[in-house]
Amino acid sequence: MTNGGSSTATDAVSASLARAREVGAGRDGLNILLYQDADGALAEAARHDTVSSTGPLAGVPVVIKDNIATLRMPTSCGSKILEGYVSPYEATAVTRLREAGAVVVAKSNMDEFAMGSSTENSAFGPARNPIAPDRVPGGSSGGSAGAVASGIVRIALGSETGGSVRQPAAFCGIVGVKPTYGRVSRYGLVAFASSLDHIGVFGATVDDAALGLETIAGHDANDATSVNRPVENFRAGRLSASPLKGVVVGKPVEYFPSDLDPKIAERCNTAIDELQRLGAEVREVSLPHTRLAIEVYYIVAPAEASSNLARFDGVRYGLRIEGDGLRGMYEATRSSGFGPEVTRRIILGTYVLSAGYYDAYYRKAMQVRQLISRDFANVFASGVDLLFTPTTPTTAFPLGAKSDPYEMYLSDIFTCTANLAGVPAMSQPIGRVDGLPVGGQFIAPHFHEAGMFRAAYALERALGPRASQ
Amino acid sequence: MSVSLDDVRHVALLARVGLTDERAAALVAELNTILQHMDVLSPVDTTGVELAPSDAAPTVLRADEGPAIPLARPRESFAPKMRDGFFLVPRLDTHEDAGGAS
Repeated sequence: MTNGGSSTATDAVSASLARAREVGAGRDGLNILLYQDADGALAEAARHDTVSSTGPLAGVPVVIKDNIATLRMPTSCGSKILEGYVSPYEATAVTRLREAGAVVVAKSNMDEFAMGSSTENSAFGPARNPIAPDRVPGGSSGGSAGAVASGIVRIALGSETGGSVRQPAAFCGIVGVKPTYGRVSRYGLVAFASSLDHIGVFGATVDDAALGLETIAGHDANDATSVNRPVENFRAGRLSASPLKGVVVGKPVEYFPSDLDPKIAERCNTAIDELQRLGAEVREVSLPHTRLAIEVYYIVAPAEASSNLARFDGVRYGLRIEGDGLRGMYEATRSSGFGPEVTRRIILGTYVLSAGYYDAYYRKAMQVRQLISRDFANVFASGVDLLFTPTTPTTAFPLGAKSDPYEMYLSDIFTCTANLAGVPAMSQPIGRVDGLPVGGQFIAPHFHEAGMFRAAYALERALGPRASQ
Repeated sequence: MSVSLDDVRHVALLARVGLTDERAAALVAELNTILQHMDVLSPVDTTGVELAPSDAAPTVLRADEGPAIPLARPRESFAPKMRDGFFLVPRLDTHEDAGGAS
C-alpha cells in the first residue's frame, strides 16, 4: 500500500511530512531533501480529498530528484549555478505522477548534475545513508533513495546515466529500476548525457517500483527519443503462482570476479539458489566487453555533458557573474557555478571531443559501446531471458572514503553497462553484510520490463525477511 | 597520450571555464590519471564497427509549427537580465555599442 495505510490524502501527506521531520531529512540532518513544500502538498492533498480522487496513486506522497523539473519547487540539480531556479514547465514524468493522484512533497539531494556515485558532490552538502548515517547513500540519486529508505515516501523519482538509481537503491536497501531507454520521457529531466540519461523509480517494494514505473512510462511527443509502443502491466507478476518456470537466468562471469567481496557473492548465490528453486534454469554466460565499460562510460558521458552543460552560461537562467566582456562573463559564471567534479568532466569531455583526440577517445569509445551492446544482444538471443548480478561491488562506503575520481567511478562497474546498451535493469535488496544492504540486479532485453518485474516479485517473496537481514 | 598544462588551458578556453593556476595544475594530474585508464580501449579490434547500430531507430522529427510550449512563469522570473523581451548580455569585444547592453 503506497500511502502507508492512511485513509485520506491529507493524512498520508501529513504522515510523510512528519516522518521527514522525525528522521531529520533536511540540511542539518541526513540532508536527503533540499526543498520541501508542506503548504503546497497539503493543499493538493486536500483537493484530492475534496474530489475523492481515484487515480492509482491518489493521495500518495512522492519525492522528486532535484534535476527533474517541477513547478512549485526549485530545480537546482544540486548546483550553485541553478540555485533557486524554478522551472517554467514540468517534466512529463512528474505530470503523469500528479495526474495519477500523487502529491509531490519534496525535491531530493543529488550529486551536482548527477555526476557522482555518493551524493557527496552536491553543492548543498553531502547526503547521509539513513541505514548508517556515517556512510554515503550512493548516488547520484542518493536523496531520493534515502527518502524511500527512511520511510518518508514509498515512491520517488531518480535519474540514471550510469547506475544512479540502482546503485543508491542497493546501498539503501530498497528497490530501484531503470527502464529501457525511450520507455520513459526525458522531457523535463535536465540533460547530463542524453544518450545515457533515463528517469528511474525507487520503491520501498517491488510493487511500489512497478506501480511508479507503470505510471510514468509511455510515449511523449515532447521527447524525440521516447518510443511509441504499449506499456505492459508491470504488476501482473505479483499474482503469478509459478512465476519462473521455463525462465532462463544468465549468471555473467564478468560480474562475479575472483576479487568480488565473498560476502556479497554469497548473498547473490543465495538469491540465485532461490531463483532455481522457483523454477528458473540458471546458466553461466559471458559478456566479454564488460571489462571495458567504465572506460567507455567515462569518455562518452563527459563528452555529452560538455555539450549539454554549455547552456549554463549566465545568459538565460541561473547564476550570472559579471566578468570582462561576454567571454569573461561566461568563464566567471561557469567557474563559480560548477563544482570540482562537474568542471573535471566538462574539461575531460571537451578534451576527448577536441581535434586530434576525437578518433582515439570518443570514436573508439562509441565503437566499443556497440560491442558491449552486442554482448547483451548475443546472450539474450541465445535463449537467456534475464541476467542476475550483484548491483555493486561493495556495500555503502563511509563518507569521504573515496577521494580519487577513478576509484569513485568504479562504483558504477556493474551498472553502467545497462545504460550503455539501453536495456532495462533493476536492483532489489537480497540481504545484508555487516548490517549494510546488498543489492541484486536483474538485467532484461529491451522493453522486457514486465518479465523483469515478474522475477523480482518472485525473488522478493522467496527471500522474505532475509532480504533485509 | 599525456595532457599538458597548455592542453588544459586550451580546453578550458574552448569550454568557457575559468581556471585558477592551482586548479589547472591539479586537472593536469587528474586527467592524466583518468586517461591512462582509457588506454585499455586502444588495442580493442573495432574494425567495421559503426558508432551506432545499423538498425537504430531514425531520428524523430516533428513539424516545425504549432504554438510554443506554454510557460508557467515569464522568462523575466528566471533570466539574469532582460529588456524588451530579449536576454541581455555584455557587449561583445568586437562591437561598439552606444546602448550599453549590460
